[in-house]
Amino acid sequence: MAGSTGKTQLLRGALAGLPFVPVVSPFAVLFGALAAEAGLDLAATVGFSTVVIAGAAQFAALQLLVEGAAMGAIVATALAVNLRMAMYSAALVPHVGTVPLWQRALIAHLNFDQTFAASVVHYEAHPAMTPREKAAYFLGVAGVIAPCWVGFTILGALAGSRIPESWALDFALPITFLAMIGPMLKTPAHAAAAAVSVIVALALAGLPSGLGLLIAGGAAMATGAAVESLSEGRAA
Amino acid sequence: MIDYSEAQIWGLIVVLGVGTFLIRFSFLGLIGNRRLPPLVLRLLRYTPVAVLPGMVAPLVLSPAATGGSFDPARALAALATLAIGIAFRSVLGAMAAGAATLYAALWLLA
Repeated sequence: MAGSTGKTQLLRGALAGLPFVPVVSPFAVLFGALAAEAGLDLAATVGFSTVVIAGAAQFAALQLLVEGAAMGAIVATALAVNLRMAMYSAALVPHVGTVPLWQRALIAHLNFDQTFAASVVHYEAHPAMTPREKAAYFLGVAGVIAPCWVGFTILGALAGSRIPESWALDFALPITFLAMIGPMLKTPAHAAAAAVSVIVALALAGLPSGLGLLIAGGAAMATGAAVESLSEGRAA
Repeated sequence: MIDYSEAQIWGLIVVLGVGTFLIRFSFLGLIGNRRLPPLVLRLLRYTPVAVLPGMVAPLVLSPAATGGSFDPARALAALATLAIGIAFRSVLGAMAAGAATLYAALWLLA
């Protein structure tokens, strides 16, 4: 019986993952194409999409590789971009914190913006689900989105080296980042953090590649948290 | 072009993979149901928005394609992307607006 409800949830999750396919695949194609343009071989490109499997961090690492940044700076920047996933991890504990370790490890590896969002929305609408059902649902969602991310990365990598220069693909990466930033500017605190990030990064542009960005990121996080505290104080 | 050895690239992939996994596994696997200090949660909330703008600003103001000199077409495309992203909260919509603006501006200003 437990097996059959698990299968049902896996299938339901997979169906919920389908609408994300057209959302995720253009980013994956773009990552593959830009990585190929930059001279990364197919195995390493696919390595990023399977081992790291985190869109914004992959784009950030690729950009810093092209700039010739120090390895330490690339690692620190890409992991900083992924730090938000610690919040996702914490948010999943009440839902799937009691399932077997291997399932939690698998969920952890496949926990990124889209799988997290799709699953938590469903959990909140269906509070009667058991932890096992919730885990199966999550793996169903991820079972659709993750292979799609990898598959379209490969497609992009194969097409990448054949894209003509007149397509101005050099600017695809800045446009992708900017497109991600716009919807993030939800509150004055987010806008203040973004502004400080830009100002400090430009002011420190003379430092070795990647270093100025780290300082800018730290200053911007502190700014966001400070503005949030201030506005909460005012509201209280 | 990327100028690192094969070993460095794979080293980076593995380190990023392990680091990212540890971030994702942190609470699910290691820390469990303990609560994070509010200040830490507050800082975590701002990580993507703190890092990505600082990375993109130099790319917009001094694009590699024009040898680092300011390019009006790319600046316009950047503005359009950001504006549509803020107005409609749609990442793909913003990308489409940015690409359309870039091609239109490149064509008009050529």
